[in-house]
Amino acid sequence: MQFGVFTVGDVTVDPTTGREPTEHERIKAMVAIALKAEEVGLDVFATGEHHNPPFVPSSPTTMLGYIAARTQRLLLSTSTTLITTNDPVKIAEDYAMLQHLADGRVDLMMGRGNTGPVYPWFGHDIRTGIPLTLENYDLLRRLWREDVVDWQGKFRTPLQSFTSTPRPLDGVPPFVWHGSIRSPEIAEQAAYYGDGFFANHIFWPKEHTQRMVGLYRQRYAHYGHGSADQAIVGLGGQVFMRRNSQDAVREFRPYFDNAPVYGHGPSLEEFSAQTPLTVGSPQQVIDRTLSFRDYVGDYQRQLFLMDHAGLPLKTVLEQLDLLGEEVVPVLRKEFDSLRPAHVPEAPTHASLRAAAEQAAGPDDLAGAEAGR
Amino acid sequence: MTRRTLAVVSAGLGQPSSTRLLADQLAAATRDELARRGDTVDIRPVELREHAHDIVNHLLTGFPSPGLREVLDTATGADGLITVTPIFNASYNGLFKSFFDLVDAGALVDRPVLVGATGGTARHSLALEHAVRPMFAYLRAVVVPTTVFAAPEDWSAGTADGALRARITRAGAELAEQVHRRAPSTGPADPFALTTSFEDLLGGLGH
Repeated sequence: MQFGVFTVGDVTVDPTTGREPTEHERIKAMVAIALKAEEVGLDVFATGEHHNPPFVPSSPTTMLGYIAARTQRLLLSTSTTLITTNDPVKIAEDYAMLQHLADGRVDLMMGRGNTGPVYPWFGHDIRTGIPLTLENYDLLRRLWREDVVDWQGKFRTPLQSFTSTPRPLDGVPPFVWHGSIRSPEIAEQAAYYGDGFFANHIFWPKEHTQRMVGLYRQRYAHYGHGSADQAIVGLGGQVFMRRNSQDAVREFRPYFDNAPVYGHGPSLEEFSAQTPLTVGSPQQVIDRTLSFRDYVGDYQRQLFLMDHAGLPLKTVLEQLDLLGEEVVPVLRKEFDSLRPAHVPEAPTHASLRAAAEQAAGPDDLAGAEAGR
Repeated sequence: MTRRTLAVVSAGLGQPSSTRLLADQLAAATRDELARRGDTVDIRPVELREHAHDIVNHLLTGFPSPGLREVLDTATGADGLITVTPIFNASYNGLFKSFFDLVDAGALVDRPVLVGATGGTARHSLALEHAVRPMFAYLRAVVVPTTVFAAPEDWSAGTADGALRARITRAGAELAEQVHRRAPSTGPADPFALTTSFEDLLGGLGH
């Protein structure tokens, strides 16, 4: 099972000091968090993509390329890549390039983006969000899988004899997750292609996640990719820890009360009861996280949101120490012992390459090697 | 004999509330008429006051608390809906509007609705026609022709009688008629149901 962190990349005032980090500080903090994630033994770092203040990560592959050069093992991902407003041609090129630079340590999570005004800045319209998602992603898949593409659709200019370069590393496109909160169409899309499905999970009741993952698993089996329990599922999580749970609650409360998404609404206690938010001791985080399996089944990736709402970098790095040293080793062991043998791990470049080689057979492989 | 449910949503702020009193009388009139037609009626009162904080929280977070989920399901899943709001500044009060802002656009399509209101003066009575009825028209609910407004003078005897009583009875009969002629409600819609297949989704793009 993979564990990691995902970040929104928000620039938010620290409500306890009134200080707002500069964009430069926030960008450097995101890098420091990624490096720390590798240092404490996490597997994945994923960055959001946004094109409006107060968010900084408008150029994910620039950031991930920089992190790739400074890490050895960490898998670099997105949360999410905007499949609606980005040109699928540019996504195909950028992430294939990143894949080469990072020696395959790359996957992506597709998302639509829910901010209406952003769409027209990129020549689109939020009302066509779902059709854009479907068309763009279908084209993206072809660009990574077919050397020469002739294509015509509704939302971009046609392509004639187009080759997206560089070609994916080893001829193996990056693995793709589809992120969604409550659009059954996206669970259906992920299931259709046999891709991964990532449930945001963190800002909504678990029943949402349970329904969406259940639908994805059922449709994954329907489309013949394997049994329902073999579908590739990822979940978000949101935690704040101190050794003493009362200290965690006391320290996190002002950040919670003023947080951009849910601040000034429900109490920390109500929100903790109604969503997966866990504020307490490392053991409480372990227990809560293990309970996710009860309603989504055995799953492959758990990402935690650790750095939002104005939490200072120093605090976030302390949180990552606790996560990497006390929480994830226990979760890894527990989840692994519970997972049946026929349930796969999340695909990686190595596993996808091995599968492609096996499917091609020894003769074809020789040709592929020669052609590379 | 068919079993029917009536959701009775009251946005009154006081306790006891004249808004709730009117709501109960509208529910009783509807129940009596449905019973006369052979239906059994299950009345489900909802006091929005009790859910005021949860309603604001839902507006901010995008999801309801478990208690509010139940109330929303009651309001959108019943065979008939009775709503009564106090009139503030010539329209429904903020609590009433905030609650219905949380109802999905398609949740009340073709649902029989009876609307009532209370106010400090009879001059507010047309707010039912220019504010409350259009909101339900937007939601494509079927609002019965008679609306019921109760001003202080209507309660002067301590009970509803005379013109108000006649109006309540007529409105209740109209709602009962609309409920009775329809098949029983199948309950609230499932927002997570997949209503199309991927082939159809992609096919719709001409691929």
